[in-house]
Amino acid sequence: MSKYTEDDLREELKTKEYEYGFYTDIESETFKKGLNEDVVRAISKKKNEPQWMTDWRLEAFRVWEQMEEPNWANVTYKKPNFQEIAYYSAPKPKKKLDSLDEVDPDLLETFKKLGISLEEQKRLANVAVDIVVDSVSVATTFKKTLGEKGIIFMPISEAIQEHPELVRKHLGTVVPTTDNFYAALNSAVFSDGSFCYIPKGVRCPMELSTYFRINEGGTGQFERTLVVADKGSYVSYLEGCTAPARDENQLHAAVVELIALDDAEIKYSTVQNWYPGDAEGSGGVFNFVTKRALCETNAKVSWTQVETGSAITWKYPSCILKGNNSVGEFYSIAVTNNYQQADTGTKMIHLGKNTKSTIISKGISAGKSQNSYRGLVHIGARAENARNFSQCDSLLMGNECGAHTFPYIETKNSSAQIEHEATTSKIGEEQLFYCNQRGIDTEKAIALIVNGFSKEVLNKLPMEFAVEAQKLLEISLEGSVG
Amino acid sequence: MLKIENLHASVEDRAILKGINLEVKPGEVHAIMGPNGAGKSTMASVIAGNESYEMTEGVIELEGVDLADLAPEERAHQGVFLSFQYPVEIPGVSVTNFIKTAINENRKAKGLGDMPAKDLLKKIREKSALLEIDRKFLSRSLNEGFSGGEKKRNEIFQMAMLEPKLAILDETDSGLDIDALRIVASGVNKLKSKDNAVIIITHYQRLLDYIKPDFVHVLYDGKIVKSGDASLALELEEKGYDWIKELV
Repeated sequence: MSKYTEDDLREELKTKEYEYGFYTDIESETFKKGLNEDVVRAISKKKNEPQWMTDWRLEAFRVWEQMEEPNWANVTYKKPNFQEIAYYSAPKPKKKLDSLDEVDPDLLETFKKLGISLEEQKRLANVAVDIVVDSVSVATTFKKTLGEKGIIFMPISEAIQEHPELVRKHLGTVVPTTDNFYAALNSAVFSDGSFCYIPKGVRCPMELSTYFRINEGGTGQFERTLVVADKGSYVSYLEGCTAPARDENQLHAAVVELIALDDAEIKYSTVQNWYPGDAEGSGGVFNFVTKRALCETNAKVSWTQVETGSAITWKYPSCILKGNNSVGEFYSIAVTNNYQQADTGTKMIHLGKNTKSTIISKGISAGKSQNSYRGLVHIGARAENARNFSQCDSLLMGNECGAHTFPYIETKNSSAQIEHEATTSKIGEEQLFYCNQRGIDTEKAIALIVNGFSKEVLNKLPMEFAVEAQKLLEISLEGSVG
Repeated sequence: MLKIENLHASVEDRAILKGINLEVKPGEVHAIMGPNGAGKSTMASVIAGNESYEMTEGVIELEGVDLADLAPEERAHQGVFLSFQYPVEIPGVSVTNFIKTAINENRKAKGLGDMPAKDLLKKIREKSALLEIDRKFLSRSLNEGFSGGEKKRNEIFQMAMLEPKLAILDETDSGLDIDALRIVASGVNKLKSKDNAVIIITHYQRLLDYIKPDFVHVLYDGKIVKSGDASLALELEEKGYDWIKELV
């Protein structure tokens, strides 16, 4: 064998195709491109929504029209033309589906390629799965088991029909329609997503899981997720994403709202693997997501995310620590390769007394990518004895990528304790040679080093997710080094 | 086992090795001594296939297999082991995880499946006892925050686990106190067999008090200028490297 040089590795990386880049030919119903009040009304009508919901969407739309797309993030891209996007796309079901057998076989095949075997999951993983394919949930499992505990886990469109009081009470309370450009857009046009309610004192017996994918070309995806954990309850929620390769950029602007009432705990884990674009930087998903949690007294919310996909990522899962003694955590691994750009981090807003937050962010950059951590730690005037610990580590591969850290700290209470640590390292030739000398090839060595680097965060993921995440890290970085 | 003929190597066009010849037979221990800058560590790196060095001329064969065109990991699969003078740190990767990966990669190259966990644990227990390694040490991140002695002991532990045909110990004695030196040396002695061979690269005689070499070679300015038995090391210790310079 000839010597395997860094250049070979880089070459191999560039030509590595997106593993999940296939397109399922499912008959789907798509709205005409463009956005105006009629489209918003049509979406609402299509979903047979009550008037308050239609009004809520219209209000959001009117706000959105007045807003400008933010450009403070450390990313550059051609802004999407919002009139060139179709705002609704749903696979046409042949009839109402009661079981998996009735799901379109092509669709099931797609899930198989993605390694998402519902059957297997049902049998082995003790996971209830609510799948969102291009905006509409087509299969929901475990509903019954959950129902017995009073847990509601369903597409948000159904929840609007079946539990309008709950949805109306909480929707938009954490992320108001006016919050930001993309949140407003999402509020106006969201097509579906998940709704989850855990009653008082109930510990959800299984990990709740949703797989989002974007399938139809030229469609945007605007999921809306709302999780409400009532007093003293607990839930662990998993969200995993993969999307087929498309040439044009696709917009994804989701909103996730978490509400943890007194003494409740929510764990929210995400693995995001949307199409990152090709080696020349064309194509790929624009991922502009607003995720925020509200923590009441003694409540705890943990965000864990593994972000390997998307051409542009703009995402700051945050915690408003409103209640005394509430706890917010953010564990993140963000991988960028080729021309990917990520600007991601968190906001920890300490309002209550004795509130605590932890931020562990691991950024891995390869190729010509740019990876930024942006985080805010805010200590309010009444937040006595608030504590924060932040650690931001960056790992670089090659000489053409970038890692950036933008930590913002605002404190209005002198009893606060804030710690911030940051490191930047590079996978060195010496490390690789050392591994090689022990018989470990360069590919495997990188996987080993990256997994070691990411371990603190990987450990926070539920078991079955951690394995998938580890695999994703390897796939995303195969061959990348310098 | 190992045959080196007329080995030339350079780094950034600067010639460092200028025609080395060396033959090592199974069961033998060879010591390479020489002053700083003579090319000792370069020689070790070139045998192991470090791509920072360019091999410009010559032959390196292990049991008849030409190593020159093999990648470093392929040389490892052939049975070459290098105990590094400065072992690198890999944060977040435990000693156990690292050695497990290394063993399984070596097995994979031989067409074998992963070593069963039970066998691996047994082997780890056995070899860590041999080198008097506290097993808590094995769950620490590789070389991170290790003392000099711990790093070197960890190198020999890996050697024990991987059971190479040819082990090259590059300045393994540097940074070791006398107790650690004795433990490491006794480990190496226990691992020695009639089927494997050891090359010890050292600046001083003291390691050779514990691991007795069959041959001692003096490297000077990229060439082996003198070879002899164990007594050569003592002579060198007594007369110093200036004596070698006079010989050249």
